[in-house]
Amino acid sequence: MISLSDIPARGGSPFTPAMLVFLLALATAPLWLEAVGLYSYLGIEITIWILYAAGFNLLFGYAGLHSFGHGAYLGVGAYAFGLFQHHVGVSLWGGLLTAVLAATVAGAVVALFVAHRRGIYFALLTIAFGQVFWFCAIKLRWLTGGEDGLLGIPRPDLVLGPLRMSLKDNTSLHWFSAVILGLVMLGLWRLVNAPFGRVLQAIRQNEMRARFAGYDVWRIKWLVFTLSASVAGLAGGLFAMAQESAYPDVMSLHQSGLIVMMILVGGGLVSFWGPVLGVLIYFIARDIIGGITETWLLWFGLMFVVMVMVRPEGAAGLIHVLRSRLGRSPTRKQAPAPAERSA
Amino acid sequence: MPLFEARNIQKRFGARVVLENVSLTVEEGAVHGIMGPNGAGKTTCFNVLTGHYAPDGGTIRFEGQDIAGLKPHRIARLGISRSFQIMNLFDDTVVIENVMLALPEFRAMGFNPSRSVFTDRALTDAALEILAQVDLADRAWEKAVSLSYGQRRALEIAVALAARPKIVFLDEPTSGLGAGATRALAQLVQRLRKSYTIVMIEHDMRFLFELADRISVIHWGQVIAEDTPAELMANKWVARSALGELA
Repeated sequence: MISLSDIPARGGSPFTPAMLVFLLALATAPLWLEAVGLYSYLGIEITIWILYAAGFNLLFGYAGLHSFGHGAYLGVGAYAFGLFQHHVGVSLWGGLLTAVLAATVAGAVVALFVAHRRGIYFALLTIAFGQVFWFCAIKLRWLTGGEDGLLGIPRPDLVLGPLRMSLKDNTSLHWFSAVILGLVMLGLWRLVNAPFGRVLQAIRQNEMRARFAGYDVWRIKWLVFTLSASVAGLAGGLFAMAQESAYPDVMSLHQSGLIVMMILVGGGLVSFWGPVLGVLIYFIARDIIGGITETWLLWFGLMFVVMVMVRPEGAAGLIHVLRSRLGRSPTRKQAPAPAERSA
Repeated sequence: MPLFEARNIQKRFGARVVLENVSLTVEEGAVHGIMGPNGAGKTTCFNVLTGHYAPDGGTIRFEGQDIAGLKPHRIARLGISRSFQIMNLFDDTVVIENVMLALPEFRAMGFNPSRSVFTDRALTDAALEILAQVDLADRAWEKAVSLSYGQRRALEIAVALAARPKIVFLDEPTSGLGAGATRALAQLVQRLRKSYTIVMIEHDMRFLFELADRISVIHWGQVIAEDTPAELMANKWVARSALGELA
């Protein structure tokens, strides 16, 4: 049985084969997406959802805090980005910064209420707060445009010193989102392998022991909730750009449930890469099964049920099993490098 | 000044009084035993002294500082460490990480993202040294959940020691151990007493009487006697009420 807490290979160095494959695929996606029968907007969509899912898994998989209302922070980020463009000025960095700040503040306030809870009470509170944000998005018509949402959100140009680049076409927006996602993934990979990530996992395994080992568990739970809301806000800002709009649906309960399902299908509970696999499986299923039948969600749901029954560790767990059957023993990962072992 | 001193501790759960005027004085370097029948309030006493519950009354002083009602992580950082009667480990991870997480130098690294945990020789060496004290150094890189029951009890103690405490509270360290493992544990406590002040709850009377300098007998939430093992043995009333098996 593998778990997230297994010792990472190479002491958490960023240059693992998985990371290199991921970054390479991300960077080259616009070059081959259409050749394999897909379309360039899909690359943006997947990039944004991976960003959201990876930040969410810091909370869900690593800290074991099961939030079912995380769509709220994606939505807050999207609205904040749109409102900034409409009322303050058309600016990429200003919009993204506002999106992150707004989601961070929303997350930090909610975390004040939920951080001392765990298990079912934590989950229910996150749902309740998620519904509050969703309700506000629908009812505060003067601010959010009600059920129609904010329409006509521009895609501001990317300005970097003297450089100016338009993000109006999907390929350039993909590359921009890909750079952001790449940086965030490197940061998250570092974080989960640094002491902070190990402490998060310690809290997941045994909150009481962590407390008696001198950790301020409440504050750490507050922090990880806030941090994952920030990443969701960044994803939300990019989402508003991609969709050129922001609407309440992303904050709804079923959308918040969707991200949980992606994490579970992908194997976020056992691997850093679980959320990536989960998002890929979801979108590919949507496009392939969705091309055949309108009831694709039913089939995806059945796939989810089968997955949970036969391989609850998700796709990442499945890959682990296949690799060990093929003899490329991934259990080696659990042992430290020889230098440490001789210590 | 005693290292650790609790005076007139009271703890109620609703209408039920679990601790009524419990006092405990522990001198530096001592091994202090706590005994008493099941349900006497021994573990609740530990839970109050180490911050899991706030007391409803009384004072707790450690190195002269009042710690009553402080949160567990604050108390732990002062140098008060504990083990648990029911196994309380980080089971998904390896033995060595259980110890590393409790090291003060690990905690001090805080949020520094430039540090890696398992390639840090200073950290792994410190953890291995503590594991060696409980004879677990050769199991360091195995998952905690794969250890035998006795080894898991030893790891419980190692995690408590990793905090580099000034005083260690051990809650029934021999619970569930066979005769051989209990002997080994007695030898371990004999070694540990040279470096740590120890308070332990124990049901195994032979074990406790051999190791403790002083013993408090708790019954019905009160300390009914406190003395050296020899004096307690001579006290017929205590012997009859609490030491049935030895008397």
